[in-house]
Amino acid sequence: MTKFKHPQILLASNLKDGEVVFLGPTGWERDFRRARIAKNQEEAQILETIGKADYSANIIVDVYLTDVEIAGDGTPRPLHYREKMRIKGPSVRLDLGKQARGALNEH
Amino acid sequence: MSINHSNTVSRINSPKTTYQYDEFDKDFIRERVAEFREQVRRRLEGSLTEEEFRPFRLMNGLYLQLHAYMLRVAIPYGTLTSQQMRRLAEIADRWDKGYGHFTTRQNLQYNWPKLIDTPDILEALAEVDMHAIQTSGNCIRNVTADHFAGVAADEIEDPRPTAEFLRQWASAHPEFSFLPRKFKIAITGATHDRAATLAHDIGLRLVKNTSGDVGYCVIIGGGLGRSPFIGKIIREYVPRTELLAYLEAIMRVYNRYGRRDNKYKARIKILVHEKGIETIRAAVEKEFATMDHTAFQQDPQEFERVAASFVSPPYEALPSESSKLTKARLETPAFDHFVSVNVSEHKIAGYAIVTVSLKPINGIPGDATSHQMRILADACDRFGFGELRVSHEQNIILPHVKKDDLFALWQTLTAADLATANAGLVSDIISCPGLDYCSLATARSIPIAQAISQRFSDMARQRRIGKLGIKISGCINACGHHHIGAIGVLGLEKKGQESYQITLGGDPGFSASIGEILGPGVSADQVPEVIEHLVDFYLAERHETEAFIDTWRRLGHARFKDVLRREGEDGADI
Repeated sequence: MTKFKHPQILLASNLKDGEVVFLGPTGWERDFRRARIAKNQEEAQILETIGKADYSANIIVDVYLTDVEIAGDGTPRPLHYREKMRIKGPSVRLDLGKQARGALNEH
Repeated sequence: MSINHSNTVSRINSPKTTYQYDEFDKDFIRERVAEFREQVRRRLEGSLTEEEFRPFRLMNGLYLQLHAYMLRVAIPYGTLTSQQMRRLAEIADRWDKGYGHFTTRQNLQYNWPKLIDTPDILEALAEVDMHAIQTSGNCIRNVTADHFAGVAADEIEDPRPTAEFLRQWASAHPEFSFLPRKFKIAITGATHDRAATLAHDIGLRLVKNTSGDVGYCVIIGGGLGRSPFIGKIIREYVPRTELLAYLEAIMRVYNRYGRRDNKYKARIKILVHEKGIETIRAAVEKEFATMDHTAFQQDPQEFERVAASFVSPPYEALPSESSKLTKARLETPAFDHFVSVNVSEHKIAGYAIVTVSLKPINGIPGDATSHQMRILADACDRFGFGELRVSHEQNIILPHVKKDDLFALWQTLTAADLATANAGLVSDIISCPGLDYCSLATARSIPIAQAISQRFSDMARQRRIGKLGIKISGCINACGHHHIGAIGVLGLEKKGQESYQITLGGDPGFSASIGEILGPGVSADQVPEVIEHLVDFYLAERHETEAFIDTWRRLGHARFKDVLRREGEDGADI
């Protein structure tokens, strides 16, 4: 198990349509701002356990934790540029993906 | 769920110039669609786990990418009919987001399909004799070919009948469905290599022996990716009737000795590199000599049947020069530039080959909207016997256009933003989707292509620079062919940031070479500046008609490295 360095969120892809989803307080959310944030190793393990169960239940695929920082409004911001891309959509087509549905570009 | 739109009619009045599926082919594709529909149903109801389902979806070209699933549709040897192109447009509109991405394997990728819709998409493809089989997985992938096949003035023979033979041989081949790693074959029949045959697991060149009989020069062990190698000739001449048997022998040797313990060392290029071409040649020749050839002996009548599918369209007897074309070129400079750059010599007098660039300035290389696909389908029905080609350079070719029609075609293309006159020039950049779409990517590649294209947006300057291949990959897997770009760009991650390694001296042709690294990686915003310095140095140093690669070979890599070192010392921060 890797050492816990930063807050984390759990993300995955929806099985039916492949869209990126984030584990929220009550289920899988399509907006990262509603993602549940693990602030320590134990909380991260809880997220992972739920992820594994939902993977086994054929709800999501490609599930993993990613490091985030917490913004002033309390919502998470991925630290790595790969996940920054995943929460929005292609940087070369701002009319596509999650960014096309909401004002995510300030993040 | 089929599409029966009235505009998906067969090519009325168009001759059959490409292979038409027979009932065997059609049944095979239909059965695979039905099989995959059932697999998807079982996956969604939970009776198949992801581990069980993943190989099935990959066998049908369905990947999971950064934002969504991705479906890779096979376009065998890059040949499309107008009917098929229209169907690709319809699928883009109905099940995707109104566009598609043409790839370096002459395929098309949809970036947003839903798993639940995929069986319907495959059914819609099957209705026009298309599929996504073997566009993924450790099998023989889509066979690519010279995109000027059958019409090039420098051709010994049309390679597409052989490519179609290989498609039939490789499709669902039971012995080669679980190879150590993926396997790519390219073929050319011309004296100029437009198919990058030396960068493939197997490259085939149609050649004549001393008796004048057409056969094949067989090359193996080429490939890009993590460990790039230029292919080596394993046999100078294989008779046509023995080709399948000889390839079968190669595949058996690879299947037997190719490494399965390490995916990074599993391609045939590593086997050839580690064992040596002589050892592999001996093993292949031994297998070839002892195997039962019966099943692979090519039936000349069957070859003729397949070859007959690729008959030339009914060309008119025309003078080689077109006064209409000459007049239009004189009157319209933009059209004159288009003809100079994007139009190639045809084997038939009075006709031309037109390259339609999918690389507008600041565009996404290889992307075409559904509207553009329809324009291209209509244009080739009107001007080109209903046939199109996809090039591995991610452009579209109209292979049979009368010179008299070039101006009207250019006007049609211009209205759809498809007339960028940059084929082969510095902004005709090959680029993989990179981190904007691909889950394997380590950096973005499309924005780099856009920035370079913007930097060289002056078309007159591009023409002065001349032919120059820039190729960009967003990771070491090298889908953007960066190793064989005269200038290659490889996107990597360095300390949590996107970083770009530049290589010089790559060549995809018969004089193939792998590019050499220029120096430490640079940031995204530095890439266009670095390339501009290199191009300026080339322009200053080149002999009259010397291409970039030839100047680099003449002067040596160190001279180009020195350019950047000097620029850095001058404070250019490179």
